[in-house]
Amino acid sequence: MNSVAKHCIFNGHAIAAIYKFEMARALRTLLQSVVTPVITTSLYFVVFGAAIGPRMSQVGGVQYGAFIVPGLMMLSLLTQSIMNASFGIYFPKFTGTIYEILSAPVSSVEIVIGYVGAAATKSIVLGLVILATAALFVPIQILHPFWMIAFLVLTAAAFSLFGFIIGLWADGFEKLQFIPMLIITPLTFLGGAFYSIDILPPPWRAVSLFNPIVYLISGFRWSFHETSDVSVEISLAMTLVFFFLCLGVVAWIFKTGYRLKN
Amino acid sequence: MTYANTAEVRAASAPARAGADARPVIAIAGLTKTYASGFPALKKIDLEIRKGEIFALLGPNGAGKTTLISIVCGIVTPSGGTVLVDGHDIIRDYRAARAKIGLVPQELTTDMFETVWATVNFSRRLFGRSPDPTHIERVLRGLSLWEKRKNKIMTLSGGMKRRVLIAKALAHEPEILFLDEPTAGVDVELRRDMWALVRELRAKGVTIILTTHYIDEAEEMADRIGVVHKGELIVVEEKTKLMKQLGKKQLTFHLQEPLASVPPELSGWRLVLKDGGRELEYTFNGSEEETGIPELVRRVGELGIGFKDLETRQSSLEDIFVSLVSDRR
Repeated sequence: MNSVAKHCIFNGHAIAAIYKFEMARALRTLLQSVVTPVITTSLYFVVFGAAIGPRMSQVGGVQYGAFIVPGLMMLSLLTQSIMNASFGIYFPKFTGTIYEILSAPVSSVEIVIGYVGAAATKSIVLGLVILATAALFVPIQILHPFWMIAFLVLTAAAFSLFGFIIGLWADGFEKLQFIPMLIITPLTFLGGAFYSIDILPPPWRAVSLFNPIVYLISGFRWSFHETSDVSVEISLAMTLVFFFLCLGVVAWIFKTGYRLKN
Repeated sequence: MTYANTAEVRAASAPARAGADARPVIAIAGLTKTYASGFPALKKIDLEIRKGEIFALLGPNGAGKTTLISIVCGIVTPSGGTVLVDGHDIIRDYRAARAKIGLVPQELTTDMFETVWATVNFSRRLFGRSPDPTHIERVLRGLSLWEKRKNKIMTLSGGMKRRVLIAKALAHEPEILFLDEPTAGVDVELRRDMWALVRELRAKGVTIILTTHYIDEAEEMADRIGVVHKGELIVVEEKTKLMKQLGKKQLTFHLQEPLASVPPELSGWRLVLKDGGRELEYTFNGSEEETGIPELVRRVGELGIGFKDLETRQSSLEDIFVSLVSDRR
């Protein structure tokens, strides 16, 4: 009974089990998980890099092809973090296997670490795959590798938490698609993934500052090229605010059992 | 099917039976549950489950059996009352309480793409136990799943999926096992295997709480029986006592010549005529000392009523259950 006494404090086995389960799910769909982003990224570079890129002037002293790399990574990172995490928790709810998680001696924090940790890991790997693909097309420079990794990890974690919330809230498959497709993707496109918001007319630039994605992309791009639309401190602060906001919502959901328990 | 080898079971069975003492392994007090819709699923349930016993929960569909089990296991939040599992409160001390419980749910809810081996190992670690391939192998072999361990669950038949759910519930070596309708929709062979497993687990000291619609099974397997009806526990009793107290017996005379009516000389007995007057049926309480049978047989003879056969029948648990529930409609 020693093991029972031990996991009265912390159930590390459960975290490992959930994490491994979720990663195994990704490995089963390795083709979609890796090939799709590689092809999509390549297409973006064919269109924006080879076809349009040479006609574009440099943006902030950076060649256009290299300029769009952080934005492209963010575009996939945000949508994939949400998709991974939301599907990860929605599917057991849909099939009913959630009963086992709910009846296990596992705390809500451990459940979140398992699911969100796995979803974030997957999207970080995906981001790095996109980076490697981009390196085949344009020379990549990363001036602040530490901050690049920090923004990558923090954004992946924050949006995986967000996805986890969507997965708990959703009561149908279409709702899983709704937020990433109809809100996150447009906000990312309008958030300066492919341009600097400085080139926008002043009214639109002001409107853009209400788009939280602007801050994420700006900070991430700064870690590559040291050029940014807003100061890097504000980017970091906004990312952290979003992360803790999601954490708060998840804590509330587990406390109240919202959409989890009757 | 052998869950453990026979010698081991035999060795363990003596102390386990002795262990079926009065100390409650689950203590439920004043438990209520009202769903958000306002539906009162449970109304003040008080119940104590003894260590090492097989307890059968009976009740019609929607009576509250699954809600009761779900609360003890942590899937449904209670509206009021307390539940202690081996002394641990299911809310304050949920880790210790849940670690002791294994649950086999009613629905066949399994992951589709996982292998049998992966999903059973997952369950063990989810319940905080270190990986133990030897134990998992024993469980899978005991449930005739060993040959299927590399198969994806989606390729298995319904009966095999049911076995997988049981293996998952046993993966962390629980001291208490909940079986919610374990034999609903399974074939005869699996039912027989399942009950053999239940007996073996009990012999090892595992407490078993099951719900079933097959009352004959409860009659055969259970030590004690609880009947839930409309959210209330209307009876909790030792099976043998329940059968004795509430069971009725019937004596039927198969007559040579049909009777038009019960003769007035026999009005002292509760008699009815059946099958167009060809059968004379006497119903009496099984627990009564004086059944009045010898006197009745003598009087029937004196009246010259010829009979070719006599038949006695004892009411089954099913009859008792139906009369208990219908009395409260």
